[in-house]
Formats: sequence, C-alpha cells, structure tokens
Amino acid sequence: MSQKELLKVKNLKQYFPIKGGIFGRTVNNVKAVDDISFTVNEGETVSVVGESGCGKSTTGRAILRLDNPTDGTVEFDGVNLLDLNKKEMRKMRKDMQIIFQDPYASLNPRQTVRETLREAMAIQNVVPKEERGDRIAELLETVGLQPYHADRYPHEFSGGQRQRIGIARALSVDPKLIVCDEAVSALDVSIQAQVLNLLKKFQKEMNLTYLFISHDLGVVRHISDRVIVMYLGKIVEVGDKKSIFENPQHPYTKALLSAIPVPDPDHNKDRIFLQGDVPSPIDPPTGCRFHTRCPFATERCKEETPELRSAGYMAEGHQGACHYMELIESGEHQPTRETSNVRMLDEEPEKV
Amino acid sequence: MSTNESILEVTDLRTSFFTEGGEVKAVDGVTFDVPAGKTLGIVGESGSGKSITAMSILQLISHPGKIKGGEIKFRGKNLLDLSEKEMRKIRGNQISMIFQEPMTSLNPTYTVGQQIRESYKIHQGLGKKEGSKRAIEMLKLVGIPSPEKRLDQYPFELSGGMRQRVMIAMALACKPDLLIADEPTTALDVTIQAQILELIKELQDELGMSVVMITHDLGVVAETCDYVAVMYCGKVVEYADVRTLFKNPRHPYTVGLLKSLPRSDRDQEELTPIKGTVPSPDEMPVGCRFAPRCPFATNLCHEKLPSLDDVGDGEQIRCWIYTDEWNGDPGVKVYEPERTTEG
Repeated sequence: MSQKELLKVKNLKQYFPIKGGIFGRTVNNVKAVDDISFTVNEGETVSVVGESGCGKSTTGRAILRLDNPTDGTVEFDGVNLLDLNKKEMRKMRKDMQIIFQDPYASLNPRQTVRETLREAMAIQNVVPKEERGDRIAELLETVGLQPYHADRYPHEFSGGQRQRIGIARALSVDPKLIVCDEAVSALDVSIQAQVLNLLKKFQKEMNLTYLFISHDLGVVRHISDRVIVMYLGKIVEVGDKKSIFENPQHPYTKALLSAIPVPDPDHNKDRIFLQGDVPSPIDPPTGCRFHTRCPFATERCKEETPELRSAGYMAEGHQGACHYMELIESGEHQPTRETSNVRMLDEEPEKV
Repeated sequence: MSTNESILEVTDLRTSFFTEGGEVKAVDGVTFDVPAGKTLGIVGESGSGKSITAMSILQLISHPGKIKGGEIKFRGKNLLDLSEKEMRKIRGNQISMIFQEPMTSLNPTYTVGQQIRESYKIHQGLGKKEGSKRAIEMLKLVGIPSPEKRLDQYPFELSGGMRQRVMIAMALACKPDLLIADEPTTALDVTIQAQILELIKELQDELGMSVVMITHDLGVVAETCDYVAVMYCGKVVEYADVRTLFKNPRHPYTVGLLKSLPRSDRDQEELTPIKGTVPSPDEMPVGCRFAPRCPFATNLCHEKLPSLDDVGDGEQIRCWIYTDEWNGDPGVKVYEPERTTEG
C-alpha cells in the first residue's frame, strides 16, 4: 500500500457558539471537537468511533468544511482546505465526497436518480455532457441497480437501494476520499452486508480512501485498517485495527469494547460498566475528559490532560491518551471504583 | 414442547392493517411460547412483524390495524376473549411494556413521580403519599441517583439512559409477571445499553418475571435470551433455545443473518449478505416467504408455504429442507460452522 498522506488534520477545533441574553451574545461554546490531529493515508480506511456527542460526525463535516472549523488545519493532497474560498472549496469537493446516514434525507425527493447524478457531474464538470447518460447507467450497474432505475424518484426505492444511490452519487465525480458518516447504520444487517461489500470492492478497484464514521464496532472491525476512538471531542486512542480490538490501552476503549453484545451465547466477558452518562461538551470535565466515568481515575486525571503517546510494548502507530496505560497494563494501577455494579447510586454531574 | 410451564402461549396470531392498497398481513400466523421465568427473544429485520406481535399481545393495535385471529394465552387465559375493561387491568399490572424511545413514550408534561404513581393509583388504589414512597423504591431499584429529587423532574431533564431507567421503573411498578421490551436499547449508546440490559436481567432474577425481548440485534439476543423466535415477513421461521440457534442454526434465513453480521469479537474475511431485499406486502411470495432470497430454494419452496414443524429438542423450523417432501439436494448443508475463522 502506498504511504502517501492524503489527509492531514492538525489541531482541529470545532466550537459551536451558544447565543443567549437579550443581545444574543455568545455566552458559551459547545466544544464538539477540541484539538484533534490525525492523518489518513491514500487507499486506506480509517474509522472514527465513539458514542453520541463524541464529535465523530462533526469531524467529518469539518474536514469537508460543511461547517467552518474554529481552528486548526486540514491538509488534503497538500492543500490547506481552511485557506480556500467557497469557490475553490467547491472544486476541491470533487475529490472528497460524503455519504450520509439517512439516504432519504440526503437525496432530493423531487429529483429523479438521473437528475441527481447528472447534477453532481455537471457541478464538478467531470464527464463530457453527451457521455453522462452512459456514465449514469454504468454507475447504477456498479452499485447493483438497473439502468431503468434512473428515472425513478427516491421514494420508490427501499432503504438499501437509496443508500446505493447515495454511493453512486459520491462515486459519480470520481473522488479520492469518501467520508462515510454512519453510512450503513440505518440498514438491516442483510442489506448492510451488501453495502459494506460494495464499499470494499470499490476501494480495491478505485484506490479510494475512506474516513468511516460509525458507532458500530462490528462494522468498524470489518472495514477498517486503522481506528480512531473519540470521547467528548478528543481522541483517546488511535491505532491499527488489530491493536485497538485486541490490545486496547485506554480505559474508555476497553469499556466500549466490553460493552458490545457479542452474538455468541458462550462468549464470556468481564464487562466493565461505566458509571453514568457522557458529560456535556459545553463544560467538559477538566484534565482527562473521561475521568468522571473512568474506573481508574485519580486526582492527577482531574488536573492534568493526558496527551496521545505510545509505550514500548505497543505496536507502531498505536497511541493512547491516558496517564496510567503502562501501570494498568502491568497491573500496578488498580481500579479506583466499582465496575461490575449497574445500580450504583452515585451522584452524576448535573446536566446543564 | 418444553417441559417448563409457559406463561404465554401465542398460537396462530394474525394481525392485519387494512389500508387503501388492501390488506397488509403484518403478523401472519405467529406461534410461540414464553416459558415462565425465562426470556424469549423475537428477532427479525424491519418489517418482519416483531413489534406488531408485541403490540398485539397487549392489544395496543389501533385503526386501521386489527387482530384477525389466533390465541394469546396468558396463564391459561385467552387475552383475546377479554373485554377492554378487563384488558386494562392486565396492562401495566400483570403484563408491562417498555418501548424503544423513552422520550416519546414518557409524557413530557408530567413529572417522573406523577407517571410512576399513576400505575399504583390505577392498579392498587394507592394515594399520593404511599405512591411516592413506592415510586422512590422503584427508582432506587433501577439505579437512579437521588430518587427523591428525580420524582419532581420532567422527562426532558433526564438523559437517555436515565429516561429508559424511568420507563423500566414504571413498567415494573406493579411487579408484572411478564415484561415486553420492544427494542429497549436501540436508541442508546453501547455503554448505556450494557447497563440497561444488565439491569433488566438482574430485575428479572429478583422479581421472577418472564421477558419478551424484541430486537434486531443478534448480539443482544445471544446475551439476554433463553429462547429465540426468528421472524421473517410476519411469520416465525425458526424457534430454538439460544445456544442451538447460534451454534446450529438451521433455517437458511437465520444462517443468512448470522453470515451477514460483522463481528466485533473476531476478524472476518468477507461477509456473505443475503441477496435481494424483503418483499413488499403487495408482492408477497405465495410459497415460502424467503424463497426468492434463499440460496437453496427449489420449485417446491416457490409454490408451497412450509409449516412451522417440530424438529425435536423443542426446536421448530419452517423450511422444506427439513421435511420428507424436500426435493432438492438431499445432502444440502445450510450451515457450515468451519467456514468462519476464529480471530
């Protein structure tokens, strides 16, 4: 595999202002993504996982500048996207496409499939006008639909078929990078498998790069080369798929993996139950953001923000943001709170 | 079927929706048992009729839907023979239900306390003071911090996981014999899902209730259920105990589901999806509903609907392959476990 860095995100921040008071001033910010950095190589699939509110979708949107990031740089193919004006950015989007979760909401209900695909090609001016008809038929066949489907409207399709149209639209402009934002989450498993296989096939054939945003760790294990785990706007762990799934280092990753129900009645697991819910990103916890729920948290975690770092025994490129990774691994640092009881009556932080 | 006593026996349940386009048979002859004290999982993809089955048990089907026939025996009594007034005494008292979205199934204009007290008032005639005391006990039971304070809060003031806990507290207020949980964790994050599933399991042990768990997630099934009914297009296609279902699945649809599932616990080379899509209600196949998508289907499958037959060990299958009439490859192997590699 080529090791060319296609996407380089550095210190990306995305704050959403909260307006309040009679003058509509910004009273506070939702820190959806707070200073994250990572790279994606050409031809690989990098997944971003985490629970609701961790900032994974915001990251995807910020990269495509669907929202305007607050700070940081997003370098795509050597160009900093945040320096581009609207017109230049639009041109850039030929190479970077997105597939959304809900294919019904992201397709124009008043456009036939042909109009949708033709519009995409016209905006990016990718295929000569007279050849576009043929290209549409070809695209539909590639995603497993029939050319006669071109004259139908989105409501005439099933969920799986609509997602295929979303994929066809993304592919129509011949992109390099596709951001898949929960692209298969709304689909039933039998259909989900069809779409996943399709995405894998295209990657092989067209050397596509995927940034795959998902909360489903089964899907992530299946499709990814590398995985980024996010919690409350920060990256807590990053590494190749094998390291993340078989040798997780951050207590959050461990808890997340242990929480997934496995379709095997004999699977025995020591489940780590996390206390309470994810705190609000408006006023995130100090220090390590996970310390309010972390079974291993100490005073140090409350005060000092851990940086992503590696330890000697970890695979290359595998990093975790925890002060105690090595000591937890060696067993020297033991849990500071109960993790097996689901009915702890501890007070959780007040919601804002 | 099973030696255990059944708390609920559903036989040939049929629920249809009468729309402008004609009759939609959402539940089409569903039969299953819930052994007392156990958990039955009803699993299936969207449109399989699993939720309508649950709603039918409590007769929560409204126009244009209608329960057309069958029997729902709860502790030996057919619920379909009861009047609406008698049914009300059962709902929330002997049989309770929790739903997928706690925000839309809790009343936003009443406090948590008012909503839990309601079922004590209706079923046990308790006043405000006694009701509040019991409500606090219930909130404690489901692990809600500072329950006295929560009593006066409104649903919007709680997080998703807390709301689902309140729902469970409400459903269990009168210590029902049967809890129907319709996708209780689908809207929740996995770490919260783990908490809620464990909570339901613990409460089940403490209160000795039976549970019907409706879900699309085979992981949830494997973890929480004792028995499983797999539904496809309004029919049960396989009924087995949970180990048999996962270790030796027999219906091609069940096998297809398992092969389509990306696993988080091991590496897989490739997923084998089920081809095609679920047929729409107006073009329902006349034979086996799964025949158009089944890799083993023969003419027989396309022409005639198989029945749900006992195949021994309390297992039931609706598939021609396991009958004497099977006219395809006699050595057909629907499931070959060695094809998956342990990671």
